[in-house]
Amino acid sequence: MDSSPASPSITAPLVLRHRWQVRLWHWLNAGLLYILFTSGLGIFNAHPRLYWGHYGANFDKPWLTLERFGGWITLPAHYDLAMSRHWHLAAAPLFAFALLAYMLWAWFSRHIGRDLAFRRGELAPRHVWQDIADHARLRFPTGQAALRYNVLQKASYVLVIFIALPLLIFTGLTMSPGMNAAWPWLVDLFGGRQSARSIHFIAAFLLAAFFLVHLSMVLLAGPANELRSIITGRYRLPEARP
Amino acid sequence: MTLILNRRTLLFGAAATLSGCDGLARNEQARELLFSAENFHKWAQRSLMARGALAREFRPDQISPFFRPNGTANPNTPEYRALWRSGFADWRLKLSGLVGRPLSLSLAQLHSLPHREQITRHDCVEGWSAIGKWRGVPLSLVLDAARMSDKARYLVFKCADFMGDGRPYYESIDMVDAFHPQTILAFALNDQPLRVANGAPLRLRVERQLGYKHAKYLMEIEAVDTLSGIGGGKGGYWEDRANYDWYAGI
Repeated sequence: MDSSPASPSITAPLVLRHRWQVRLWHWLNAGLLYILFTSGLGIFNAHPRLYWGHYGANFDKPWLTLERFGGWITLPAHYDLAMSRHWHLAAAPLFAFALLAYMLWAWFSRHIGRDLAFRRGELAPRHVWQDIADHARLRFPTGQAALRYNVLQKASYVLVIFIALPLLIFTGLTMSPGMNAAWPWLVDLFGGRQSARSIHFIAAFLLAAFFLVHLSMVLLAGPANELRSIITGRYRLPEARP
Repeated sequence: MTLILNRRTLLFGAAATLSGCDGLARNEQARELLFSAENFHKWAQRSLMARGALAREFRPDQISPFFRPNGTANPNTPEYRALWRSGFADWRLKLSGLVGRPLSLSLAQLHSLPHREQITRHDCVEGWSAIGKWRGVPLSLVLDAARMSDKARYLVFKCADFMGDGRPYYESIDMVDAFHPQTILAFALNDQPLRVANGAPLRLRVERQLGYKHAKYLMEIEAVDTLSGIGGGKGGYWEDRANYDWYAGI
């Protein structure tokens, strides 16, 4: 069957797929982003309206008005703005500095150059199209090719690591009146505190969408093998297709 | 089937993790650790910004069409009503505590002091913002006139309004914000005398912090060396009642 993941045979070799820095950062993020997302929704519930520009309150026109998010997805499960803020503001600096440390490591260990940077020809429309077609048919790479990120994977990882996550951090900082005094250029960059709040919200949901796709890919590509590789680092190579 | 099971598992996992977090937050040590993030943010922000770094000031055309009031809309006590009826002619702002010269200032006296005017953004902890033009007396002028002692570490702002639980509103700031040039005792908003809903006759503006620090309906400013023993000891009504951070720079 073409659409099922190539089943790794027991005799296939176990290879080191993810270094410990990647695994540590991955699981740290799993916990911290979970706290940040759910406590962030708790904070959002205090004023579930979003605006563009510098100001925005009840008498101004929002571009989005929502009902409060339910307790099943907010931290704490009941409405408690102060506690949501405690969780959010405790997790945020850990998350930000972990990202910075990861970026520095990824740069100096050449993780970026070796594994994330696009190679010559990878961005050619034909290659990208082939990759999209393979994904659509859930035809995952096998053999040695399974050790490399494909072009869609690279693109999404690069977008998340270098665009979405920094965007979340900086729009978060822009909402701070103290940081506005310290770094006024930040608020200019995003066109105002309420714009920053809107971008923060949108980026959080884009990240949640990435998380869902990421998780489905893990499930489709063979959850046991993928989970082992992100916990122990060891990955059983899917046998090359004949 | 598989997908449904997975979704169920995920939802269950999400709920279990969240209640795990809630459980953790009930543990005293975990709470302390969680709450200590405030110290980090205060330290980081104060390290990144110059002591006198100014909050953004806006152009007149950037002012919110309507400045949303929040918290108490009217203190509505017999004392406050009497003050309001007389146009606050009998209202006095007291300066007390660790000062060399306790003061009792009328609105007219405050008007006769040098003013500062600033168009700033008010950021509520709830997430909304409103831009308004404030006019008032720099707090530092009043503190100098009262010859504040070196021993004073905080200023406590006592207000005329009582909250739902019957306790009076109060707030406090430290000397970094007390002597900041934009920290003013404001008596006018958008070129009009402060309305009751916005804190008449006088409110604090402390522009580098969130809205709940900007105490309205000011009656007394007390210079103290510690916040313990005042209210619940955490330096403000919301800090005492709902564990809001005392440092509200973020």
